[in-house]
Amino acid sequence: MTDTPVPSVAISVEAIDKGFGEGDTYTRAVSGVSFTALHGEMLFIVGPSGSGKTTMLSMVSGILRPDAGRVLIEGTDIWALPADDLARFRLHRIGFVFQDFHLFPRLTTAENVAIPLIVQRRDWDEALVEARRFLDIVGLGHRADVVPVKLSGGEQQRVAIARALIARPDILVLDEPTASLDGDTGRTIIRFVRDHVLSATRCILIITHDARIYEFADRILTMEDGRVTAITTAPPHPSVQQGSGS
Amino acid sequence: MPGIMLLAYKLLANDRTKFTALIVGITFAVFLMVQMTSMFAGVLSRSSATVYNIGAAVWVMDPAVQTVANTIPLPDAVLDQVRSIPGVKFAEPVYSGGGLVKLGDGTYQAVTILGLDDTTLFGRPTMIAGNIQDIYGENGFVAVVDSEFAKLGNPEVGTEFEINDHRARIVGLAQVASNGLFGVPALYTTYSRALQYLPNARFTISYVLVEPKSAADIPAIRAAVARAGYVALGRDDFVDQISDFYAYKTGIGMNLMMMTAIAFIVGLSISGQTFYTFILENLEKFGALKAIGMTSRELVLMILFQAGFVSLTGYGLGTGLCALMIWIARWRLPDYAALITGTNLLLALGMVVVIAGVSSWFGVRRVLRIEPFDIFRG
Repeated sequence: MTDTPVPSVAISVEAIDKGFGEGDTYTRAVSGVSFTALHGEMLFIVGPSGSGKTTMLSMVSGILRPDAGRVLIEGTDIWALPADDLARFRLHRIGFVFQDFHLFPRLTTAENVAIPLIVQRRDWDEALVEARRFLDIVGLGHRADVVPVKLSGGEQQRVAIARALIARPDILVLDEPTASLDGDTGRTIIRFVRDHVLSATRCILIITHDARIYEFADRILTMEDGRVTAITTAPPHPSVQQGSGS
Repeated sequence: MPGIMLLAYKLLANDRTKFTALIVGITFAVFLMVQMTSMFAGVLSRSSATVYNIGAAVWVMDPAVQTVANTIPLPDAVLDQVRSIPGVKFAEPVYSGGGLVKLGDGTYQAVTILGLDDTTLFGRPTMIAGNIQDIYGENGFVAVVDSEFAKLGNPEVGTEFEINDHRARIVGLAQVASNGLFGVPALYTTYSRALQYLPNARFTISYVLVEPKSAADIPAIRAAVARAGYVALGRDDFVDQISDFYAYKTGIGMNLMMMTAIAFIVGLSISGQTFYTFILENLEKFGALKAIGMTSRELVLMILFQAGFVSLTGYGLGTGLCALMIWIARWRLPDYAALITGTNLLLALGMVVVIAGVSSWFGVRRVLRIEPFDIFRG
């Protein structure tokens, strides 16, 4: 008899709160959210527009300080870190794929992908070589020297994924990765992430309201009015699927 | 170049339209600033040409004298008074006046005539043809070979013409350190011949030139001359006084200063606005870099590098363009007065640093304010 290894906890979120505004304009965006995400897991965060998905994921990924609660990534309380250390933590441990990609239009795709390594003070040429390797992985090695505007939406998405992966982060955060793609391309991208990006040492968090890709999730965390209403392994209730975005 | 700086460079330089606008804007501003200040420096340098060319350590003059060209004659007694001051090694008179030369073709040309002390010829120029002793010969004059020399018809040793209806003969050619401001040729002769050729008032000495026994004696000499009712100025002090006159008591200084200020404002406006627009257009990208893990300090360094790079490139091109223009102008107009000095370059550099600083300051403020969360939120 062989033991199946138990996935370790990648992210532990403990009762985080976040509000915006003051006085009469104060709005609580996230309230008492707690959950854990495991290595080797693809966790989808879904919910209607304004449910607090983006705010919650921003706190989890170290770019928005919670008003209360803790976020532990592989045991490190990230919000206890000084600002520069937190930036370095994100640089080395967390990869981001933004909804609008945010690729630099004046840089080639290889240079865009190399950015995290360049920020890590790696040699420019060495970073470009590595970037070409990651472009090969996402199937865009032949497009390394063109600028992003010459790429299709799906190709730009893959460049953004390559950029998020190049620093070999433990945590990968994708914000609405299929929002600007057609259905087939969106599914192809998520399947690629599932098959080639996810690993036993990596945890992937995806904000989405695209029900067509729910099948790729290991678990689905549903939010409503700033709270977690369900964590399921099955597609959530159809009412959630009608959410209009983050 | 470290990778982050190369990244900053590529982000800027690959945006060719803005990069070109920034470089052209700063180049143009630097060109104007250096050109204006160089013209001013050229005018100031030439306004003191006689002081440099005569080379005396101390000049004694009437207190009302403001420039070397506008002399107020001194009584002969002043020369004796100055010679009697302790600390004076020797003191000699010099005459400076204007005459009219009638050239061979019958046309007239205004000239500056400098009369050197007959005994010592103190303040003589460097001879390049002929012998200075020949200045004592009949009707002897030494012509200065400078950019105005051609106005005398390029005379040679032995050439004769009339000065104020007196016969004059060129006995030598000389060179001096600096050309004059007013575009007239200069002739040297003896003090006594200058008095003979030019109409004079009761007093004739333009300046008393003093050689002190030592530099330490100069303050005492100045004090003694002041007690006699006159002014003794060291060479540099006299040059400063002349410069101050042109800078503050004529319209030249103010006009050139205003042009320099306008060039600065134009440069600041063009580069500041263009650079700020560049930052605004890339604001989300800078936010993305922050989210990825770049620190605020690194972002500020990138922006400062970008601003510094375009500023220094524009500075180099602007000064080079100015030097080229002055070279071309001198090629076509030999007496064109413009002088690029270290002070001019430092002044322009300082202004460029201010332009870069102000341009980047606005950009840095916006970049520091952008939060990665704003990028996530879209």
